Amino acid sequence: MRDLSLHLMDIIQNSIVAMGTRIGVTIAANLKSNELKIIVADNGKGMDDDMIKKVTDPFITIRNTRKVGLGISLFKASAERSDGYLDITSKKGVGTTLEAVFKINNIDRPPLGDVADTIAGVLASNESLHLTLTLFRDDDMFSFDTVEVKRMLDGVPINEYEVLKWIKDYINEGINVTFGGVLNEINS
Amino acid sequence: MKSIAELEEIRKKALDKMGVRTNTEGYRIVVGMATCGIAAGARPVMNAFMEELNKREVKNAAVTMTGCIGVCRLEPIVEVIDPTGNKTTYVKMTAEKAVRVVTEHIVNGRVCIDLTIGSEDKK
Repeated sequence: MRDLSLHLMDIIQNSIVAMGTRIGVTIAANLKSNELKIIVADNGKGMDDDMIKKVTDPFITIRNTRKVGLGISLFKASAERSDGYLDITSKKGVGTTLEAVFKINNIDRPPLGDVADTIAGVLASNESLHLTLTLFRDDDMFSFDTVEVKRMLDGVPINEYEVLKWIKDYINEGINVTFGGVLNEINS
Repeated sequence: MKSIAELEEIRKKALDKMGVRTNTEGYRIVVGMATCGIAAGARPVMNAFMEELNKREVKNAAVTMTGCIGVCRLEPIVEVIDPTGNKTTYVKMTAEKAVRVVTEHIVNGRVCIDLTIGSEDKK
């Protein structure tokens, strides 16, 4: 994976496969601790303790077309390479929360990438999903919520081309305002 | 600053456009979007499909995503299912090839044989 937004897309797909209907994505930069946190929380079917332990193993997957499952393993490797970690909490029937932490200044931290494209891409084919994106720079917050968007759209599908384009622009602006000057790949 | 109120304008425009949409029966374009697909570059391919369909004002095609289609070495993989249910599997896709598939296959109904899994396997 070239950047964090691709990992994010992959993890969101996991939530969708797990029948999540509500997915909350948080990306938070904490300047004091030099940490960038990416959290994906869903209300999908969840996992038991046994599965949580095994899920970062590349040779574990729920699929039966092949024997490897690389998504979470790759994300974990990426976090650990940049002096961070990956943590999963899950409860069967309640949902799963995955948290990946990166050291912002670590030379091996992948760039953030095009988060707006990831979110718009997911919404393009999952229009009924309730998706939120919350960005933090310390206490400064930006939020995007499909419920608010849908209220404004009043029946027009969220995956109309023009709507997705607006969503991309809106999120990109949020990314620039929130992370400009903090993540050196983002121009403020 | 962009504001969520701008959606009101977009909503009106979209409603006008939706009026001319004739039928729901049409092409389905399914992009493989599992770890293998994403790593191989499926996201720009999906974007290219959406942009080209919008540019050509194609109304009878929908882009969706799915998990791993099963041939990870040939990702990004895109399946095009025509209105009669026939499925064409395109492999090793790029944004440029996506534009070609829209023009030749979706708009003109001619399968891009050289991009299909069948022709890839003969190599």
